[in-house]
Amino acid sequence: MIEFRSVSKKFPDGTVAVDDFSLAFPSHRTTVLVGSSGSGKTTLLRMINRMVDPSSGTIEIDGADIARLEPVPLRRSIGYVMQNSGLLPHRTVIDNVATVPLLRGVPRKKARADALALLGTVGLDQTLADRYPSQLSGGQQQRVGVARGLAVNPNILLMDEPFGAVDPIVRAELQQELIRLQSELGKTVVFVTHDIEEAFLLGDQVVILRDGGRIAQVGAPADILANPADDFVASFIGADRGKRALHLERRGDSDLLLDSAGRLAGVLVQQGPTATDARADR
Amino acid sequence: MTWIWSNLDLLWDRTLDHLVLSVPPIILGFLIAVPLGWLANRYRAGRGVILTASGLLYAIPSLPLFFVIPAIVGTSLRSPLNLVIALTIYGIALMVRVVADGLASVDTDVRQSAVAVGYSGWSIFWQVELPLAGPVLLAGLRVVAVSTVSLATVGAVIGAQSLGSLFTDGFQRGIQAEIIAGIVLTVALALLLDGALVVLGRLLLPWTRPATTSRRALRAAQLGEVSA
Repeated sequence: MIEFRSVSKKFPDGTVAVDDFSLAFPSHRTTVLVGSSGSGKTTLLRMINRMVDPSSGTIEIDGADIARLEPVPLRRSIGYVMQNSGLLPHRTVIDNVATVPLLRGVPRKKARADALALLGTVGLDQTLADRYPSQLSGGQQQRVGVARGLAVNPNILLMDEPFGAVDPIVRAELQQELIRLQSELGKTVVFVTHDIEEAFLLGDQVVILRDGGRIAQVGAPADILANPADDFVASFIGADRGKRALHLERRGDSDLLLDSAGRLAGVLVQQGPTATDARADR
Repeated sequence: MTWIWSNLDLLWDRTLDHLVLSVPPIILGFLIAVPLGWLANRYRAGRGVILTASGLLYAIPSLPLFFVIPAIVGTSLRSPLNLVIALTIYGIALMVRVVADGLASVDTDVRQSAVAVGYSGWSIFWQVELPLAGPVLLAGLRVVAVSTVSLATVGAVIGAQSLGSLFTDGFQRGIQAEIIAGIVLTVALALLLDGALVVLGRLLLPWTRPATTSRRALRAAQLGEVSA
């Protein structure tokens, strides 16, 4: 479990990125921090591996105050996946995945064998192992980024808008892949995004942030949808525009779902083949 | 031409002399420029001073330098070491800015990501920043190599044997073939060192290989994704 206790961060230029933030991130669950730019979500994420140190307050991982841990070993024990993959352009795919195990002193042969196996785990063909990142598509690079994040088999995986820079089709594919991986691996995932749909899709716990890392609402996606805490949340999730308030209308042979403005949102179907469609796209 | 055929030994000796005079300054200049360029890139305040000062080194005329160096270092006036030191200074003058620019050209996202996965301070420099600055460093080093080979001919006037000696000797004795041989060999040596650096770059910077192979690989990668 990761626990933030009254954490604040004021940058030297006077910006208050995070103001008195307290929250527990449960183990083996995905917590999504969602907010617009300036909400301090990335700063919060980077505090977990001490890329940023809080100005006040404490952060504990499984009861240990991370301020007392050395930053470099701490970072090597936590998976990190960032936008644009953050891969080292001068290292091949396999060496990128093996980076952190090698830094931790795992023998080269074993590190590379493990890395090769991980490529399979994230759905990449092993023939890509000797390519350089620039020779891969955006989606493939992002998969390599995830593989690198998993390489030391960390308990915690930090993901900073990892799918922000890929096109919508690939993004949907990567999101499904992450759901599959998470159901197998059960990591403590902290995921940052500005996309509320992505937050609801991936999060067991969703944290909606206002400016300065102040929590607008925390809860399971269904709870937030059903009971937005205030107008800010309602507006953020689109409930105020009636986008989330659907009603049923029968036209001909089909049951249509419409939002409050009368725009078509979907079709009501019997439970059946469509449920598997999401998986079948690969 | 007959002069050339009957003096092949001399030409070979002067070429070797020239190599011995010009290769160490290229390497030394690079090794000294790296920490200076690193400082200039790391500390904003020092950047202007370091870059301007090192750039100005190139403005020092070579002849006075040949008299100043023995006075400072204590070498004899006719020691080839003076030339090596002078050429090193010119190499530094060209390279410091290149190193600073090369290090500055490293993508901040890549740096951030290296920190995030747990590279420590110095390992980021050696394993991430320096190799990624490689293409810029190589471009600078090629200029330094060619210019050093050309400048080394000046050594002839202070008695350091080099291909430049062929000019001075050829002028004094009125042997045109000797002068031309000196010029041709100097250019050839410059091209040779330049080519060697290009090959070295290919070996050390494999991710920068020409677009033809990488484009083919990219296409294969896209096909791979479809079938994955």
